[in-house]
Amino acid sequence: MSAPARTRSPEETAVTTTVTTTVPEAPAAVPALGTGGTAPLVRRRGAGVTRWAAPLAVFAALIGLWYAITYLVLEPSKRFLMPPPQDVLAAFGDGPTMERIGEALAQTVKVTFTGLAIAIVIGMAWAVLMSQAKVAERSLFPYAVALQCIPILALVPLIAFWFGYGFPARVIVCVLISLFPIVSNTLFGLQSVDRGMHELFDLHGASRTTRLLKLQLPAAMPAIFAGFRISAGLSVVGAIVGDVFFKQGQAGLGIVLDNFRNRIQGAELFATILVAAALGFAVFALFGWLGRLAVGRWYDQSVDAS
Amino acid sequence: MSAPAPSVPAAGTGARVLHFRDVAKAFPDGTVALEGVDLDVHRGEFVTVVGPSGCGKSTLLRIASGLSPATSGTAEMDAARIGYVFQDATLLPWRSVLKNVQLLAELHGMSKTATDQAARDALELVGLKGHEKKLPRALSGGMRMRASLARSLTLDPDLFLFDEPFGALDEITRERLNDELIRLFQAKGFGALFITHSVSEAVYLSTKVLVMSGRPGHVVDTFEVPFGADRTPELRFTPEFAALSGQVSHALRAGHS
Repeated sequence: MSAPARTRSPEETAVTTTVTTTVPEAPAAVPALGTGGTAPLVRRRGAGVTRWAAPLAVFAALIGLWYAITYLVLEPSKRFLMPPPQDVLAAFGDGPTMERIGEALAQTVKVTFTGLAIAIVIGMAWAVLMSQAKVAERSLFPYAVALQCIPILALVPLIAFWFGYGFPARVIVCVLISLFPIVSNTLFGLQSVDRGMHELFDLHGASRTTRLLKLQLPAAMPAIFAGFRISAGLSVVGAIVGDVFFKQGQAGLGIVLDNFRNRIQGAELFATILVAAALGFAVFALFGWLGRLAVGRWYDQSVDAS
Repeated sequence: MSAPAPSVPAAGTGARVLHFRDVAKAFPDGTVALEGVDLDVHRGEFVTVVGPSGCGKSTLLRIASGLSPATSGTAEMDAARIGYVFQDATLLPWRSVLKNVQLLAELHGMSKTATDQAARDALELVGLKGHEKKLPRALSGGMRMRASLARSLTLDPDLFLFDEPFGALDEITRERLNDELIRLFQAKGFGALFITHSVSEAVYLSTKVLVMSGRPGHVVDTFEVPFGADRTPELRFTPEFAALSGQVSHALRAGHS
C-alpha cells in the first residue's frame, strides 16, 4: 500500500498535463476535492469587503484592458478582431444567432456527456482491475500513461479515418481525452485506503468483492469525484476540438465558432466563446456539487468557488 | 470503599482460546521481534502484556489474530470469533456509528435483523445509545473507541485482542473506559489479551500480567493479580495495588536494562 509514484493528485492533473509529477503526501491521505493534497484543510477567509473588493477590481481591470485593446490598440478597420464588450452583449440579444448557438450547445452537451459517461465506465473498470493485482497494474498502467502522453489531436485524423466524421468520432475524442484523470484518480483512491482498515477486513475474512464495495470504493470516492470533475472539463474540450476537426454532421459549438471566424463575425464569435466557457464552468461546477453531495457529509474538504 | 477481595480468580475457568508455545518471529530484514514466548489465554481470563515500546507487543497480537504468521513455535487460536481493537478506532468515516458497529456482523454474513439487534445491544453496552446516527468525525476520541469496542462486541467474541486501545486518550477518559471494559469482561466472560505500556492500567484490568522485554521480545515475568471482579477506581489507591504495581514496574525496569 503505497501511493504510486505515477499517480497524480487531482490538483496537479487539473493544472498541468505532465505525467511524472508524484503525489506529495502519505498514502493514508485522500486528495482533497478542490485543492492539492497538501493544502491546509481550513482556508483563511478575508474580511467582508476585501473578500469581494479584490476579485471585483481584477474583473474591472480585465474589462478595462479589453476596452483598451479594442479602442486604443486596434485601428477601426481591425476592430472585428476584438469587438467591444457591448457588441458581444448585443450578440446575445440577437435571436437567430442565439438560436444557432443554442442548437450547437445542445449538440456539444450531448457529445460531452456521452463521452464522459463512457470514459467513467471504462476508466473506473480499468482502475478497479489494476487495483486487484500488482501484475495487472504493471501490465495496464503504462497504457493509461501512453494515453495521456500521446497528443490526442495527433489521433484525430486516424479517428476520422476509422470512424468517419460524425457523432461517434466526436464521442471517441471525448473519451480519449477525459479517460486518464478518471483512471489515475480512481486507482489512487482505491490504493490509499488505510492499512488498519484493510487489516480489519482481513481479520473478518472479507472477500475481494466485499472489500472493494464496502471499503475501497467508498474510501476512494473523494478522489474519484475529483477525477470526474477534471475529466468533465476535458470532455468539453474534446467535444469542441472534435467539432473543429470533423466539420461534418450536426453542428456543435466548434463548428459554429469556426463559421463565425470564417465570416469575420467577431461579436458572435466572442459570444460563442463565452457560451463554451460557461459550459466548461457548468460541468466543472456540476461535478463539484455532485462530489459534495456524495462525500461532503463525511469528507473534510475545502472546495473552491465552484 | 470496597476493599479488594483477596480471592484469586481461578485461572483458566473457561476453555482455552489462545495457546502460544515457544513462539518466535523474525522479520525478513533479520530483526528478531519475539523469541520463546509461552502464553495461554482462557475464557474468563484477562491477560495483559506490558512492556516498553518496540518490544514486539503488537507483533504478539498480530500473530495471535493470524494477521501475521509466527516464524517458529506453536500459535493456536481456538476462538470461533475474535475481537481485535486497534490503537486507532479504525471506523469507516462515511458510515454512521450504527453502520460502523454493524460492519463486522455484515462481514460475517449475519442476517439483517440479527445484525441490527446486535449493533443496538452493543451500542447500549458501551453507552453510545442515542449516538447511532452520528458520523465518526462528530465523536470524541473516547466515544470513537467505544464505537470500536461495540463493533467487536456484536460478534460476541471468545477472544478479545486489544492493542493499546486507550493509549491516545486522556487519563480521565482512559480510566472510565477501563471501568467499562472490566464491566464488559465480567458480563461477557471472554478471554482477553491486552497490550499496554501502562503498569497501572495493566494491574487494574487484569487477572494476569505478563512483563515483556525486548529485543528480541520475550516474557520476563508473570504476575497473578489477586483482586476480584468488583474493582472500582478506589482500588488504584490501596496499598495492595501499589505494591503489585511496584513489583511489575520493577520487573519491567529489570527486563529493560
